[in-house]
Amino acid sequence: MSTTTDMKPAESKKSGGFTGAAANYIDERTSISTAVKELGRKIFPDHWSFLLGEVALYSFVIILLSGSFLTFFFQASMAEVHYEGSYVPLKGVEMSVAMASSLDISFDVRGGLLMRQVHHWAALLFVASIGLHMLRIYFTGAFRKPRELNWVIGFVLFILAMAEGFTGYSLPDDLLSGNGLRIIDGMVKGIPVVGTWISFLLFGGEFPGTDIVGRLYSLHILLLPAIIVALIALHLLFVVVHKHTQYPGAGRTDTNVVGYPVLPVYAAKAGGFFFIVFGVVMLMASFFTINPIWNYGPYDPSPVSAGTQPDWYIGFADGALRLIPPGLEWVGLGGTWSFNILIPLVGLGMFIGVVLLYPFLEAWITGDKREHHILDRPRNAPTRTAIGAAGVTFYAGLWAAASSDIIATHFSVTMEGVIHTLQAVVILGPFIAYFITKRVCLALQKKDREIVLHGYESGRIVRLPGGEYIEVHQPVDEYERWKLVSYTNYKPLELTPNAQGKVSPVQRVRAGLSRWFFEDRIAPVGTKELEESHGDHH
Amino acid sequence: MASDETSGKDLTAADSSSVEHVTAAVGTAVVARDAVANPGFPPHRPRITDLDPRAEKRAERTVYTLFYLSIVGSIFAIAAYIIFPIVPEDPGSVRLNNLFIGIGLALALLALGIGAVHWGKALMHDEEGVDERHPVRGSDETRARAVEIFQEANTESGIGRRAVIRNSLIGALVVFPLPAVVLFRGLAPMDQDPVALLKQTMWEKGTRLALDPSGAPIKASDVTLGSSFAVIPEGLMDLEHGRLEEKAKAVVILVRMKPEDLIETPERASWSYDGIVAYSKICTHVGCPVGLYEQQTHHLLCPCHQSQFNVADQAKVIFGPAKRALPQLPIAVDSEGYLIAQSDFLEPVGPSFWERQ
Repeated sequence: MSTTTDMKPAESKKSGGFTGAAANYIDERTSISTAVKELGRKIFPDHWSFLLGEVALYSFVIILLSGSFLTFFFQASMAEVHYEGSYVPLKGVEMSVAMASSLDISFDVRGGLLMRQVHHWAALLFVASIGLHMLRIYFTGAFRKPRELNWVIGFVLFILAMAEGFTGYSLPDDLLSGNGLRIIDGMVKGIPVVGTWISFLLFGGEFPGTDIVGRLYSLHILLLPAIIVALIALHLLFVVVHKHTQYPGAGRTDTNVVGYPVLPVYAAKAGGFFFIVFGVVMLMASFFTINPIWNYGPYDPSPVSAGTQPDWYIGFADGALRLIPPGLEWVGLGGTWSFNILIPLVGLGMFIGVVLLYPFLEAWITGDKREHHILDRPRNAPTRTAIGAAGVTFYAGLWAAASSDIIATHFSVTMEGVIHTLQAVVILGPFIAYFITKRVCLALQKKDREIVLHGYESGRIVRLPGGEYIEVHQPVDEYERWKLVSYTNYKPLELTPNAQGKVSPVQRVRAGLSRWFFEDRIAPVGTKELEESHGDHH
Repeated sequence: MASDETSGKDLTAADSSSVEHVTAAVGTAVVARDAVANPGFPPHRPRITDLDPRAEKRAERTVYTLFYLSIVGSIFAIAAYIIFPIVPEDPGSVRLNNLFIGIGLALALLALGIGAVHWGKALMHDEEGVDERHPVRGSDETRARAVEIFQEANTESGIGRRAVIRNSLIGALVVFPLPAVVLFRGLAPMDQDPVALLKQTMWEKGTRLALDPSGAPIKASDVTLGSSFAVIPEGLMDLEHGRLEEKAKAVVILVRMKPEDLIETPERASWSYDGIVAYSKICTHVGCPVGLYEQQTHHLLCPCHQSQFNVADQAKVIFGPAKRALPQLPIAVDSEGYLIAQSDFLEPVGPSFWERQ
């Protein structure tokens, strides 16, 4: 941030001076004044939940900065060396150059451990903030027209972020990361027909081989980041084109955007927030160890330490592998069918497929072709919110399963009991979450109606002449009321025959889904009802 | 760009049905006739820093103090880099180096960030602005012109008319990436067959069982009752190349229990020696090392996905996602009393793969 020019705009305008000359020089060569004119006072709405996407963006910048530092020291080679660095317990131990250089970064480069930990913590935060950002988008309906394609871009970024995480996690070639690769190898081999060959090509021969770290490294620092940078640029470009969504509020409509201009308020707050995110990551890296590879030692296919965990975002996949019921593997049709691997793979594929396609599904069901820039309060879309809660429960069950052994040892319960419980959570939990969430949403909508029609509880108790006690209700002001009544209500699709007097099966499916979505609904309060309720605030 | 700042009151309410949006289909949305009207912007509420000059001064002081503090943090980090060097072979020095550089940087970053945000929130002009939105779709003229451009390009190039050129171009574009696919075959050695490799390990008739990782051969008499340990083929550690690859297939877990506890089929009765049995240590699920042996129950647990195998009963699966029992290595004792393999495993070890059977 250029504080000097910000603080003395009048002066520089008057004299022209150096700032004026510099600005003129640049503008005559870049036409930057056009960009400033277009974007400088662009309005961004304010809400804490809009910061989640910013956290993702900023953690990516932190990852790029700290990662670039690490590349200057890391050597992505699996050649065997005897470790001769500063960490005494591993002195003389045979390990790959990758592992040895990771140890050197940790123990022989000043600030190296700090940068490693900044990189790892920021990576964990990156995926976490993308996940939360997606949940915010989902539960507020921000994926609706015109933003469906930006949802897809964001989804791809989420997948790429996990891929970056896994490739990065594998690079130090320590015991844990080697075991992670071992699991990937086992899963790949379980793919029918081509699995054996994919694994063979991936590892450059038999597992573990001497190629995989180098290959993952070029994916990790070149190919994947390049795609991520391009997609982030596109993602943000769409934010500019669409202009940011806003929460319902008095004066806000689908045709305006209310908030603070980029210069100066938004720049100060967003720019400052970058440093806050960076600062928090730095604090974590200073105080909390992450991925202490020196405790694990180099990769060896034989030993394994109990109670080890993958990075959090891989947990749901690892959990799926743990929860699969026993015995699902058969020989037939020319090969071995490992359904104990295929079901988790295909199941998770379908789960994220639904996440990817949800905006299009909802758009098809409602048939609503209008642009939506006012966000939904989650309660005002009960079925969508309930589906989201079901999805979160499913994911959380799988995720918890990745710690099944830790849960068993920490709470002194049986491993088998934990597995069976979590199997039930993953299968039944989503249904329970769905019904509870939907009922809660409808109840909250009813509560909103009641507040609009009868006012809010003032806390003042009055005794009537007859001896009856009542609590006085105060009417909400018109601005508050607007938040409670301004939402879109949908009704179930009515089946109408086409010109031939037939109802197509596709329409039947759509009508069925529409009934499922909108059969239970609470209409917003209209002016008529409001009139009738007047004087009802007792 | 319309960044017309309005004080709020002059915005006409309820323009959600304005001209731009009226053309789009509403689908099953209910358009209520008696919808409550948008009341327009609420009156602006000034902040304390707008009303009280002392509060404004205080906020100003806070902001510049934070920025100065940030400078202090940066300098502290530089100083910490020098004051807390890494002393070779002293892990404590690494911790101090990490901690103090980190604290300095965190202070620099947090003070800078909080200062900027506070400036934005407490001191900068805080009246909200309003931008108009326009439909994302291009205007009708723009779209018509875009169509026209494509038509002109079509006419001028003849891509629609000259079908042979067009089709051969599409063909060429489809085929040209194919050589890249072939090139990826080189990712793995040309002269190896993964299936053959997966079906054999280093064990062969007479190979001595050796301790992992020292490689010292094991005498049957040294294996105490109830013990279990990881075993590799003798000579593995002396391999020039492919040590980890061989180990990833050949590693075995050796367990000794009372011979009467062993449940053995007649054909495998000769595969153990005096209650000593050897099973592949590589899980048949996705290949983790099956490390955790429970002496009392003779159960082996895979720490990755919790498959459990009963070593007393041919290492059959008793819980978890794995399907197949751990392959057994037939063992015997040579003339000097060392444990040896009778042969290689009789089935492929490790996770299942398509060509396994």
